[in-house]
Amino acid sequence: MTLFRGRRILAGAMTLVAVAALAACGSKTTDENTAAGVSADVSGDTVKVGLLNSLSGTMAISEVTVRDSIMLAVEEINAAGGVLGKKIEPVGEDGASDWPTFAEKAEKLIREDRVAAVFGCWTSASRKAVKPVFEKNKALLFYPVQYEGLEQSPYIFYTGATTNQQIVPGLDYLKAQGAKTLYLVGSDYVFPRTANKIIKAYAEANGMTVLGEDYAPLGSTEFGTITNKVKSSGADAVFNTLNGDSNVAFFKEYKSAGLTATSMPVVSVSIAEEEVKSIGTQYLEGQLTAWNYYQTTPGAANEKFVAAYKAKFGADKPTSDPMEAAYVSVYLWKAMVEKAGSFDVEKVREASDGITFEAPEGLVTVDGETQHIAKTARVGKVGADGLIAEVWNSGQPITPDPFLKSYPWAGGLS
Amino acid sequence: MTTVARDPVTAADPEPPPTKPAAGPSRHRFRAAVGFAFGAALLFAVAPLMLSDFRLSLLAKYLCVAMVAVGIGLAWGRGGMLALGQGVFFGLGGYAMAMHLKLADAGPGNMPDFMLLYGQLDELPLWWRPFASPWFALPATVLLPMAVAFVLGSLVFRRRVRGAYFAILSQALAAAMVILLIGQQGTTGGTNGLTDIQGFFGYDLDDPVNQRMVYFIIAGTLLALLALTRHLMQSRYGELLVAVRDSEERVRFLGYDPATVKLVAYVVAAGMAGLAGALFVPAVGIISPALIGIVPSIEFVIGVAIGGRATLLGPVLGAVAVAWARTALSERFPGTWTYLQGLLFVVVVAFLPGGLASLIGLARRRDREPADADPPAGLFARLRRRREAA
Repeated sequence: MTLFRGRRILAGAMTLVAVAALAACGSKTTDENTAAGVSADVSGDTVKVGLLNSLSGTMAISEVTVRDSIMLAVEEINAAGGVLGKKIEPVGEDGASDWPTFAEKAEKLIREDRVAAVFGCWTSASRKAVKPVFEKNKALLFYPVQYEGLEQSPYIFYTGATTNQQIVPGLDYLKAQGAKTLYLVGSDYVFPRTANKIIKAYAEANGMTVLGEDYAPLGSTEFGTITNKVKSSGADAVFNTLNGDSNVAFFKEYKSAGLTATSMPVVSVSIAEEEVKSIGTQYLEGQLTAWNYYQTTPGAANEKFVAAYKAKFGADKPTSDPMEAAYVSVYLWKAMVEKAGSFDVEKVREASDGITFEAPEGLVTVDGETQHIAKTARVGKVGADGLIAEVWNSGQPITPDPFLKSYPWAGGLS
Repeated sequence: MTTVARDPVTAADPEPPPTKPAAGPSRHRFRAAVGFAFGAALLFAVAPLMLSDFRLSLLAKYLCVAMVAVGIGLAWGRGGMLALGQGVFFGLGGYAMAMHLKLADAGPGNMPDFMLLYGQLDELPLWWRPFASPWFALPATVLLPMAVAFVLGSLVFRRRVRGAYFAILSQALAAAMVILLIGQQGTTGGTNGLTDIQGFFGYDLDDPVNQRMVYFIIAGTLLALLALTRHLMQSRYGELLVAVRDSEERVRFLGYDPATVKLVAYVVAAGMAGLAGALFVPAVGIISPALIGIVPSIEFVIGVAIGGRATLLGPVLGAVAVAWARTALSERFPGTWTYLQGLLFVVVVAFLPGGLASLIGLARRRDREPADADPPAGLFARLRRRREAA
């Protein structure tokens, strides 16, 4: 037995020595050659781009539509000759609704596939998980979904709305309609919690009162209590930041409690055409949403986009704001690359300022400083046909202000 | 690594045949040493030479999962406690490490970035402060999960909570921890978790050389944990644990306290999960509630089941195989990989109830008992003799 123990201790000691020796190989200083990003492989006839969306898990229902519209843009661009004479070769990866998986797949796309840019991500948590990966490798992400703002990474282009292009205009609209009291309902994660902080600051500065604030876990379908609280509060309007399936349960409960769009309207910021279909038009008719794009948005660019999308994916498939923002992001990347005359990430970033595109939502302009885009805010009402009809818009594109610096009431937020 | 499992002692037999206690071990010892050396060569030489930086960092991640699996193998395979909430201990270890690294990144006296963003706090919360010191944070990554497991284990094992009730309880704990973390966004990062970890005790984690260093630390730790577990399994305590698994009442009648026996295995497993979580953070750069809730807790157990729960190496093989299959399938078939993964689980469980480890030893051990069937012959008789002698 003593021999046995002796050997084990010896083996253990040897392992420790080996680990210590190898660990000592680490370098405290950052070597430029090793730490610098891997550059995209553009040597062939094609240029690879990464598509990083959840194809499985709870977010798949939303993110697959985004993947589809990115594919549509890629095909259109390829049919028109590609980018700088190279055809785009999309490489798809599944983020699986799991944030660390997003980080792993982002790293794989950048380091193994050596893509020139990545398009995708939906939830803020997935964006926060991949952000260090893109910054470390000096690679580009185009993020197509409205979000809570307060972020500005040099390696991310935000083509969805920040708060001053969606939530603040939505509140302006409610204020103009005479709403004095609000009730906040949201899913329990970063976007709703941060959005509600902004809403409360806005309300305080604009003479509105927030009567209550409730969060339900993501995927929760228990809304009896919350609906009762909303009803007894007697608020003028409800601001809804619920995500996904919870909306179905919430709006059914809302209707059965006798609340209607006329008695107490709900403004939602995560319900687009696709979600209206899954929740059921009968529960949503007359309710309000705040976005930058609807399928019904007028204009030749949108008619073309909607027709192309339906031709490819089916006549019953609606188009929505995040899909449009994703579609636009591919075209914006193309324009940046062509202006820069190179796929090089730093050159693309330098070329980005002032890039414009006649998007389905109207003219959008890239702001090189924040790497967000100027967009027109729109408030719409859900119609009996399941589509959303615009009732108000900001008249012109709103300059992105992710940290709400130009709003005095938002001073304490960031 | 696969060759290591050929060692019959480590692979399947909880105990060498009792009739010849002295003859077997010297050969087994030799084989174990060879297997150990082979595993070390594979992890320290072959893998770093064969794999790209990216693949090596993935392997580091898989090995962290394997550490949790080793602990589950001990608690579930040997001790019969279906620990469906190991994510809690993984998370405690991970958060303890990540909190320290975030504070170190922020610099002395500063607050982590996310707290300024979501927290609206003027100063660091009290419970964050001790984690600024590595002398507190590092031991905490292991001791904190062990302490939680000790408190929980003392409460439930004494009350003879076991089987499905124990599994449900551990699941509830995982769910509760996730809800707690998400609700406290300002101080825990909410659903985002703690991300964007830049440095590891002065080493820049963006540098591939340092990523390699983290991999070596993880590989070395896994080997050390395997040696520790092998020692535990072969000790008298290991025998007692198997006896408790197979017949708690008989062990009690023999005069032992089954609650303490189970508690030790549960606490050790929790410590291993905590250590795994702590090492996961520098390897992957993120810890979030998505990694510690009910689903990941179940996934830890699936790896162990697929590998062979009662063996030493089965859980490691299973955990690495499941994680590797997940990556490989999802890269190859991004749209349909979940179905393929499910199919794989069904096939393994249906055709290889003893797990992957039984596949390796199949040819030689066809005529023997499956790994975790009845207790080895004479186990209870021996325990009784020992008790009477004492």
